[in-house]
Amino acid sequence: MSDLSGVHRSHSYYEASARGRLTHLLDAGSFRELLGPTERLTSPHLELLGQPCAFDDGIVIGRGRLDGRPVLVASQEGGFMGGAVGEVHGAKLTGLLELAVHEHPAAILLLLESGGVRLHEANAGLIAISEIIRALLAARAAGIPVIGLIGGIYGCFGGMGIVARCCDRLIINEEGRLGLSGPDVIETTMGVEEFDASDRALVWRTVGGKHRFLLGEVQQLVADDLAAFRTAVVEALGQPLQGLTLESLEREHQGLADRLANYGDCLDATEIWAALGLENPLQVPLLDIPTFLQVASQAGREGA
Amino acid sequence: MGKAVLVGVVTSGNLEVMVERADLNGTCQVEVSTSAQGFGSIWQAVLDDFAARHDLADLRISINDGGATPAVVSLRLDQAMEEFLGMVS
Amino acid sequence: MTVEALLNQLFPSGHAVQTREGVLTGSATTPKGAIAVMGTGSHLAVGVEAAMALADFVLKVVKEWPGRPLLMLVDTQGQRLSRRDELLGINGYLAHLVKCLELARLRGHRLLSLAYGEAVSGGFLSFGLMADEIHALPDAKVRVMNLTAMARITKLPLEMLEEMSATSPSFAPGVENFFKLGGVRSVWSDNISEQLEEAIARQTVGDQRRKDGLERHGRKLAHEVSQLVAAGGTRT
Repeated sequence: MSDLSGVHRSHSYYEASARGRLTHLLDAGSFRELLGPTERLTSPHLELLGQPCAFDDGIVIGRGRLDGRPVLVASQEGGFMGGAVGEVHGAKLTGLLELAVHEHPAAILLLLESGGVRLHEANAGLIAISEIIRALLAARAAGIPVIGLIGGIYGCFGGMGIVARCCDRLIINEEGRLGLSGPDVIETTMGVEEFDASDRALVWRTVGGKHRFLLGEVQQLVADDLAAFRTAVVEALGQPLQGLTLESLEREHQGLADRLANYGDCLDATEIWAALGLENPLQVPLLDIPTFLQVASQAGREGA
Repeated sequence: MGKAVLVGVVTSGNLEVMVERADLNGTCQVEVSTSAQGFGSIWQAVLDDFAARHDLADLRISINDGGATPAVVSLRLDQAMEEFLGMVS
Repeated sequence: MTVEALLNQLFPSGHAVQTREGVLTGSATTPKGAIAVMGTGSHLAVGVEAAMALADFVLKVVKEWPGRPLLMLVDTQGQRLSRRDELLGINGYLAHLVKCLELARLRGHRLLSLAYGEAVSGGFLSFGLMADEIHALPDAKVRVMNLTAMARITKLPLEMLEEMSATSPSFAPGVENFFKLGGVRSVWSDNISEQLEEAIARQTVGDQRRKDGLERHGRKLAHEVSQLVAAGGTRT
């Protein structure tokens, strides 16, 4: 590898591993893993099926510091079975969220990259995701901010797409994808006429970071650089908490009802962007991040 | 996690290697977990080469393989040792 | 079982539950008092409209019927698979429903659910699985996917999955398997109105499913692993 010392090198969030992301996101040297790989808590179900296991079952959890403040973190490894949630993987995340209620960190950071339920242990995985949701909402009810980060190769789908939208705030890069049923699942089940999963441009404008930001589902859109994610998290830590109150949920309810009323008949993201008042909706996918944010802001989409 | 490193990811064509310090009376213990059947002699050759390159006394090396080629295995093993030595020194 | 037959069995003293486009909402009377009832019928695929209708009802229950127990009747084939729902951010709609139910719990509503038809994946996750206690009728079809589909997607031989299902409840669909895993608290095979009455009267502290799964030898690690982490990650 060539020597790049002295040259600013950005570290792609998209390409980094679950562990690599934590190294660059948190204060240097601050990460302390909980139930790390030496504990060998691997999936008994995968073993039964003769499938390769991972020593951390595809999720890294622990304590760290961000800008000096104590945080709890979880980072899903998309490379291992698409980040899918099995019994152990899910229990690690649920346990972390429960630990937060005792420790009261400044925030819980969830680096989400997952296709949802791990189909090799489907029943246990589905229940595990439900347990994650309950533990996450209990942590929020205890007044702990939960911040989700999305931007990996495998996106954030299935039950973890619901988990993501249970967070207080989400930070995404342009490459990040967030949804419920992945395009390939829809294509396989409903046919290519419903969703052509091989049409990358269509996929990105339907579930990609820019569209999610414009809809107001994620609060911050950043460049694909771990330093940018770090800056965004620090900024998010300064934001007021979204309580789980009747008032906040009624506000959310109204927003979702309006979205359905206004854009429920749109056939493509570009129609929604036009309705939002973006001048050249067809150009949106081509804009670099600063220009995009400027255009979005002019149309009244501030994210946060 | 004490004196241990983990490198690589268990993904198609890749593997993870964990190196831990262990009291093994100067020997080295290697455990390979792979779903690819019938490559025992190739693994043995790759591991012999690896053992010839490094001092592996009192190390436990554990591998979860996602079907990596011998070249990738060698690379990861060397990377794991490099990180392990960098960490303990 | 049809929704009407189910409601009559659950509430011999009467109910006022309506069905609209596969979404059930209303209230009913039990010897323990009034109960709010919501859910889905006709194996509804839960899309953004159904999620909104259900969330709307939960918020109404919280505002107008403070503290009243809430029963969720589950018959869903899962989330609606459509590009348009994804475009609108269906995961956010289901998350909203989940949050509304958590709000109800926080404000003292007892949340119960009964899977009486199909109970599948995202549809089940978005409401039924949020209950303090999840129950099922013996012939309910609780699942993520059937073994044939699982074999195709995981590229594992069907015979192997069938064989493994005999010893592990994590693979094959079915109420019994979800019971062993702790995902279903109990199976209501008869006297369902009495079972409901008892469930209303009980109290549940926290999420009991990992403990149930351990006691029933269905999920052997979930409880221990989460406890280890919640205790700070050190084995004692």
